[in-house]
Amino acid sequence: MKWLNRLFTVVLAFLLLKFLFWFVDWAFIEAVWRPDSKACRAAAGACWGFIADKHRFILFGTYPFEEHWRPAIATLLLIALWVLSAWRMFWKPQLIGVWAIGLVSIGVLMWGGVFGLPYVENERWGGMILTLLLFTFGVAFAFPLSILLALARRSDLPALRALAVGYIELVRGVPLISLLFMASVMLPLFLPAGVAIDKLLRAQLALILFAAAYLAEVVRGGLQAIPKEQYEAADALGLTYWQRTRAVVLPQALRIAVPPLVSTFIGFFKNTSLVVVIGLFDFLSTVKVSLNEPAWTGFGVEAYFFAALVYFVFCYAMSLYSRGLERRL
Amino acid sequence: MVAAVWFLIANTLANLEERGIASGFGFLRREAGFEIGESFFLRYNAADSYLRALAVGLINTLTVSAIGIVLATGLGTAVGLCRLSGNALLRTISTAYVEFVRNVPLLVQLFFWYALITEALPVAREALEPLPGVFLSNRGIYFPTFSGAPVLEGFNFTGGAGVSPEFAALLLGLVTYTAGFIAEIVRAGVLSIVRGQWEAAQAVGLTRAQALRHVVLPQALRVMVPPMTSQYLDLTKNSSLAVAIGYPDLVSIANTAINQTGQAIEGIAIIMAVYLTISLSISALMNWYNARVLR
Repeated sequence: MKWLNRLFTVVLAFLLLKFLFWFVDWAFIEAVWRPDSKACRAAAGACWGFIADKHRFILFGTYPFEEHWRPAIATLLLIALWVLSAWRMFWKPQLIGVWAIGLVSIGVLMWGGVFGLPYVENERWGGMILTLLLFTFGVAFAFPLSILLALARRSDLPALRALAVGYIELVRGVPLISLLFMASVMLPLFLPAGVAIDKLLRAQLALILFAAAYLAEVVRGGLQAIPKEQYEAADALGLTYWQRTRAVVLPQALRIAVPPLVSTFIGFFKNTSLVVVIGLFDFLSTVKVSLNEPAWTGFGVEAYFFAALVYFVFCYAMSLYSRGLERRL
Repeated sequence: MVAAVWFLIANTLANLEERGIASGFGFLRREAGFEIGESFFLRYNAADSYLRALAVGLINTLTVSAIGIVLATGLGTAVGLCRLSGNALLRTISTAYVEFVRNVPLLVQLFFWYALITEALPVAREALEPLPGVFLSNRGIYFPTFSGAPVLEGFNFTGGAGVSPEFAALLLGLVTYTAGFIAEIVRAGVLSIVRGQWEAAQAVGLTRAQALRHVVLPQALRVMVPPMTSQYLDLTKNSSLAVAIGYPDLVSIANTAINQTGQAIEGIAIIMAVYLTISLSISALMNWYNARVLR
C-alpha cells in the first residue's frame, strides 16, 4: 500500500506543479500591468492593467475625484477601529467611546460640509468604504437587536416568545435578496407621502434585520449553554430579571458565543456584497461597473479574481482571528 | 401597535392609489409578455400568464437546487475525507480549497464563473470537445442524449441537450461554494467518532476504507444531519443569486413581474411564501431522515 500512496503523491504533485506553472505564466509572466487595453487584448496572460486603470473608481466609486483622500482615510480609520477591537486588552467600556469618536470622524470626513470640506451627499459614496460601513453599522445595530430577540425567544411570556420565533424563522427562511428587494421597492410604499428614506439607509435596514435573526440564534446557543444553577443563584441573591441578565447571564453566554459570532460576522461581511443587486455602489459593484466601460469589457475573469482576493484577505483574517479566540477562550 | 399597523396600511393604500398600482393577485392571470431564457419540463412563451412564468421560475429554482444539493454533497464529502487523508499533499490541497471558497462571497464566485465561461471559452464554432459529442463553448455546454447529438447550426448548437452559461455558472458556483462548507461538516462528523471505533474495526480485520464505509460514516451521520440540513437550505436560498447573472429563477422572474406591474407587495409575498414552503419542506424531510438515522 505504501508504494501506491507514493505513486499517488507523485501524480498529484505533477498535476499541481503543472497548474502552478500555468497559473504563474498567466498571472505574472504573460500578464500586462500597464493600463493599456489594446496591449491587454493582444496578450495571452492576465490583464492587471484593468485594475491599474480603474483602481480609483473601484476603491472610491463615484466620490468626487479630488476628494478621494477622504474616503481613503475613512477606510483606514475604520479598519484600524476593527483591528483595535480585536485585541482583548481593549475590551473595556472605553472602547465604545473610541468607536463613537472614530465614527463621528468618519462621518465628518465622508459628508464634509464643515472645516472647509465640500459637502458630499451619500448617494455618491461608494467602493470599499461603503462595504465596510454597511458591515460596521449592520453589526452595530443587529447585535443588540439579536440579544433582545434571543432573550425574547427564551422568555416566559408566550406572546413575546411567539413573536420572536416567528420573526427569526421567517427571516431565516427567505433569501436575503428578497429582503433587499423588499427594502428597495416595497418599503417606499409604506411611508406617508413626502417622507422618503434614501436607498443606502433602506439597504442597511434590510441587512440589519437579516443579520439580527441569524445572530439571535447564535446568542440563543450561548444562553442555552448557561447551567440552570447560574439562574437560581442569581434569583437567590434577589436580583431582578434585568439585573440577572446583565450581570450574570449575558457576560457568560456571550463569552461562549464569541467564536460562532465571529463566523456569523464573516458570513455577514460576505453578504454585504448582495447590495449590488439593488444597485448600490459597494466594492463588488464598483468592480462590476468598471467592466461596463467599452475599453475594458471582457476582462471579468481578472476583475473578479481581484475582487475575490480582496474579500478573501478580509474574511480569512477574521476566521484566523476567530480560531485564535476559540483556542484561548 | 394596532395604531402603527393601521397607519402603515393607510399610507400604503394612499401610495398605491396615487401611483395607480392595482392590488390583489389578479395580475397572475394576465399576459406576462416577456420571454424566459430557459425552462425545464414546462413550455412557456411570452403570451402565457404571469402565473405560468412564475411556475417556470419555481421549476428553474428547484432544478438548480436539487442538482446542486446532490453534487455539493458528493464533492463536499470527497473534499472532507481528503482533509483527513494520510497523504499530506492531498490534505494541503483540500484545506486550501476549503479556506478559499469559504472566505470569498458566493456572488463574487458566481460572477467569476460566469466571466470564465463567457470570456475564456471559445465561440460555438470553435467549441472544445473534451469528450466525443460534448461541446463546451461560450454559449453553454451541450451533450448528446438518446434522441440525438448536438450539431452546430449558425452561431449555436441544436439537438441533444444543453445548459446555458447562466445555468452552468450558477450550478458550478453553488456546488463549489457549498461543498466547502459540507466538507467541514463531514470532517467534524468523522472526527467526532472516538478512536476506539477505528481500532475495533481494524481488530475485526476491516481495511481503512471498509471501516470508514461500514463503521464510522453511519455513526458520523447522526452528527452530520442537522448541519447538512442548514447547508441544503442555504444552497436553495442562495440559488436566488441567479438574478445577478441572469438565470431565470423564481426571484428573477418575480422581479421582472414587479417591474412590469408595480405590484411589489404581491410579488415579494409570493417569493417569501414559496421560499418558506421550500425551507419548511426541506426541514421536515431532513427531520424525518434524522429520526431514521437516530433510531
